[in-house]
Amino acid sequence: MRLLTHNMLSSNIKGVTNGFPLRIEVEKVVEKEVEINHDFLRNIFPKIDWKAFSDASRIMGYVELPEEAPEPSVLESDLEFLRKFHHALLELHLEEGALVCPETGRKFPVNKGIPNMLLHEDEV
Amino acid sequence: MSNRPELQAPPEIFYDDAEARKYTSSSRIAEIQTKLSERALELLALPDDGVPRLLLDIGCGSGLSGETITENGHQWIGLDISHSMLNVALEKEVEGDLLLGDMGQGLGLRPGVIDGAISISAVQWLCNADKSSHEPRLRLKAFFGSLYRCFARGARAVLQVYPENLAQHELILSYAMRAGFAGGVVVDYPHSTKRRKEYLVLTCGPPSLSTAVPCGKGEDGESCSDDDSSGDEENQTVSISDRHRPRKKQKINKKGKGREWVLKKKEQMRRKGNVVPPDTKYTARKRKARF
Repeated sequence: MRLLTHNMLSSNIKGVTNGFPLRIEVEKVVEKEVEINHDFLRNIFPKIDWKAFSDASRIMGYVELPEEAPEPSVLESDLEFLRKFHHALLELHLEEGALVCPETGRKFPVNKGIPNMLLHEDEV
Repeated sequence: MSNRPELQAPPEIFYDDAEARKYTSSSRIAEIQTKLSERALELLALPDDGVPRLLLDIGCGSGLSGETITENGHQWIGLDISHSMLNVALEKEVEGDLLLGDMGQGLGLRPGVIDGAISISAVQWLCNADKSSHEPRLRLKAFFGSLYRCFARGARAVLQVYPENLAQHELILSYAMRAGFAGGVVVDYPHSTKRRKEYLVLTCGPPSLSTAVPCGKGEDGESCSDDDSSGDEENQTVSISDRHRPRKKQKINKKGKGREWVLKKKEQMRRKGNVVPPDTKYTARKRKARF
């Protein structure tokens, strides 16, 4: 699972009002190289919750992203930043581990890169 | 017994390892799925500016539809309830991210982030109650509600469905509308039983020009065909066959079906979406006596 997906996911257990962001528990991280596409990065940037994203990248062991959300103008010129953003967003994969709901502490296990988001009957 | 998979077992059980393997290794199914996803992407009508979007593939299965999305240069997140299907997708190293989840429990995505969604032959599963805790209406409501919430403004969803009957069709559509979607159903090849495909085209936001539902394929000749049939009725003459003549002689007098009949049949076949040779001056012309 990439951090892109992590940034979109939230816990939808019944009664949870703010299930975002899911805390990451890391067992294994893999990196897969993907071609960089600047247009996609510019398009997706306003939708990314930066705080959750940079925190998640730190937990995954990638510390080069700034903690504060940068100005959108950076995306136009700073190629170095775009490369880092791309690497964290699309190339870091959480292979084994778990996602933890911030309110209830319920664990969603991640196996072979697939998070298991199935809820039990009493959680729907 | 019906051969609808929906009636045999719940999806997570029906699509076990064997079925997932079969599903993916069959070139026929792969071809159909690819065609359906290409058509769904076409109906999604994303702006043609070369910017990759973030799409959702609901019921992604082994990633056959995801591959089409990747070919069109978009990023996607796939959701499926069958672990075996997702394992096959992993083996194929699809580009998108996979989630194991149940769409009837809601999608669990942040609001306003997804640029569009496609779903190939999946949503009709929601009409079945596979466990005692399942209530199809609630599950449809949860699905469409969460889909609406996670969409960005103006995003579209194209859901290809195989409803079992009219009631299911109405049920799915009514819950989509209740969630706030605008849009409707596009039917490709409405006159054919085999090639007929239904797509729910749903748009997030108030009805406008952009939410108008596109035309289905093989639908254009519909209105004039109605005129034809009424015209035929007027032209028909009542034939009185001579009952007292011997059978053999009756047959000799009978002419062939005629050019009109052939043209009518060809038009019918065309409406079903079959490949029919064009009408020319040779159509239904009699052969020479010495052929």
